[in-house]
Amino acid sequence: MNLNNFIQIAIYLAILLLLVKPLGTYMARVYEGKPCGLNVWFGGLEKLIYRFIGTNPEQGMSWKTYAVAVMLFNIMGIIIVYAIQRLQAHLPLNPMAMPGVGADLSFNTAISFATNTNWQSYGGETTLSYFTQMMGLTVQNFVSAATGMAVLVASIRGFVQKQIETIGNFWVDLVRSTLYILLPLSLILALVLVSQGMVQTFKPSARVDLLQSIKDSNGKIVSQQEIALGPAASQIAIKQLGTNGGGFFNVNSAHPFENPTPLSNFLEVLAILLIAASLCYTFGYMVKDKRQGWALLIAMLIIFIPCLWASVHYEQKGNPLLNSLGIDQKHSVMQPGGNMEGKEARFGIVNSAIWATATTAASNGSVNSMHDSYMPLGGLVPMWLMQLGEVVFGGVGSGLYGMLAFVIVAVFISGLMIGRTPEYLGKKIESYEMKMAALILLIPHMCVLLGTALAVILPKARAAILNPGAHGFSEILYAFTSAGNNNGSAFAGLSTNTFFYNIALGLAMFFSRYWLIIPMLAIAGSLSKKKIVPASSGTLPTHTPLFIIFLVMVVLIVGALTFFPALSLGPIVEHLMLYKV
Amino acid sequence: MFKKQIKSAILALIILTVITGVIYPLVVTGFAQLFFNKQANGSLIYSSGKPLGSRLIGQAFDDPKYFWGRNSATSSVCNAASSSGSNLGPSNPALLDEVNTRIKALKEAEPVNSDPIPVDLVTSSASGLDPHISLAAAYYQAPRIARVRGISRDTVKDIIRQHTYGRFLGLLGEPVVNVLEANLALDGYRNR
Repeated sequence: MNLNNFIQIAIYLAILLLLVKPLGTYMARVYEGKPCGLNVWFGGLEKLIYRFIGTNPEQGMSWKTYAVAVMLFNIMGIIIVYAIQRLQAHLPLNPMAMPGVGADLSFNTAISFATNTNWQSYGGETTLSYFTQMMGLTVQNFVSAATGMAVLVASIRGFVQKQIETIGNFWVDLVRSTLYILLPLSLILALVLVSQGMVQTFKPSARVDLLQSIKDSNGKIVSQQEIALGPAASQIAIKQLGTNGGGFFNVNSAHPFENPTPLSNFLEVLAILLIAASLCYTFGYMVKDKRQGWALLIAMLIIFIPCLWASVHYEQKGNPLLNSLGIDQKHSVMQPGGNMEGKEARFGIVNSAIWATATTAASNGSVNSMHDSYMPLGGLVPMWLMQLGEVVFGGVGSGLYGMLAFVIVAVFISGLMIGRTPEYLGKKIESYEMKMAALILLIPHMCVLLGTALAVILPKARAAILNPGAHGFSEILYAFTSAGNNNGSAFAGLSTNTFFYNIALGLAMFFSRYWLIIPMLAIAGSLSKKKIVPASSGTLPTHTPLFIIFLVMVVLIVGALTFFPALSLGPIVEHLMLYKV
Repeated sequence: MFKKQIKSAILALIILTVITGVIYPLVVTGFAQLFFNKQANGSLIYSSGKPLGSRLIGQAFDDPKYFWGRNSATSSVCNAASSSGSNLGPSNPALLDEVNTRIKALKEAEPVNSDPIPVDLVTSSASGLDPHISLAAAYYQAPRIARVRGISRDTVKDIIRQHTYGRFLGLLGEPVVNVLEANLALDGYRNR
């Protein structure tokens, strides 16, 4: 780690933490229905939308109704995105005349975007029309993020309310998240990104004559370059803010049109963690004890910062195999050095590693470098951050409600250790909540491990591997880790646009999203009905350093115990072989 | 309950599609085209009305008289209609083949240069379209370009300096040289 690396990391974390309080407060006011500034402009539109939808914003829903509304809305979204892809050849805004997308790929992409995963089995500029990108994908970028935020807010109400049957109105939470939070932030971010060189146009590809003609690998002379364009900025802004991560172009935010400059890179990687981190403050604000929100944010940072350090460290060290070839991998004022395979020159090592860590800590999954080409332990960091269950920031909304499930488990375990009834924020945690929290913890693990096991057994699934040896196993493990935790990044050497992977990863994404949302809403419904027990000398405080460390340990131990054997077969053994230890 | 929620779900999806899928991208496009016309349309470089390329999209060079960019893993090099990285893992023998091929080409073009080769010059970029190289990679190529073109090394170094992009505010990102712009300057185009 050199000085510049350190400075860039420090600036990133400082600005992120500075924004947590203002944005967190703003979001809390939005969800509590207090004046937030923008309601002067959008208040009328908001009321109009409720009338159009046919819902009474004052009327709350039981947790079951809330869950039904979430599921119906999301399944409807999946069906529409599937249909748009299949029919895109007959729809407008298709200047490059893209044919309809195949059934299994459409299935995968529809689930991928509705579940906030945004796994890319498709190549944006070679598969999808502008219409599909806008009316299908951009819409799901917004509403899948808003769904996660809505479920979180409903969960928070479970802790705040006393003996109430309802947990809020899903349509209200959905519309407010979109209208007051995601839309204005995206609009501003999109325009700043365009100013940096991100494209936003409905024109077809541009065609230019190359300065120098060149022979391609088949010996054919290439003298022209076709440059794919499109309405990218509007989608990229929400893809980062909503922890979606699905790219407009195949290589995602490594593409110069999707991430043109160091400033665009900084803003995009800031946007990845911005809402997820700020929601911790929103939580503290809404439960009327801000220390509780800070405690969760600190727990996340305690895991995040060492992971970030490890990623930068191993990538900056470079590849030992290249040392004997007369290659200069050392950092200097003239070059970033390090392992530059699969990284862009303008980002170098530190900006690539910050991004890789942030995008997998959050369930964003966009990339600005190719994770498949990372050093073994540099690539282990993103994989493990996902395997922790996407609770270190995690997806907008989903990360924090995942962390709250870990909190429930942590207070339960500590309650057993000290012989007290476990409570959190004055609510008794009983066997029903524990069962639901255990489901939330275990379902992603099951999707990841069973999926990986199945794929390595099937010869056809193994044939998709690009890199030989232990790294090939890592590719499969990474794919199911990503889908099973709704992240969406990839070790992209694995050719996943096949029937098996499209279906298997599609199902993993579906279960690990909705089978977590339903038990979380069940917890909210159950807690909401309970009394609030006043704190006494016997209450375990949940904002102290002791509890924060305890929570971190619970997260780490569950993640480490579950995945250490699998990680040993992949990145760890590759590291040992590469360094001949 | 079920029927009412189905109706609400359909209507909510319709209204949110109109807002986020139609109005929002159109508003962004409108502002983008109005205020950042050049950037929004691909940052193309023109000379006498003819587009020469985009300053953000790398082109492939293997002629010794030009600066060479990063390796590109797209099918047909620097294919801006289908971006792709190599995805080669660190222990993959194919990665060494790729690196050795580039080393050989560099050595053939300038056998007398025995400096260590900057790593970004022998590895593939993430996008296959990286428009930049590190300063080290640009200066490494200066002697070759000067010799082939019969110009002084200082002229080449001046061109490198003119087409260097520093860190944002001196802090963020990495300093780089824009390969296409530098090559256009070598060929005497006056455009940036």
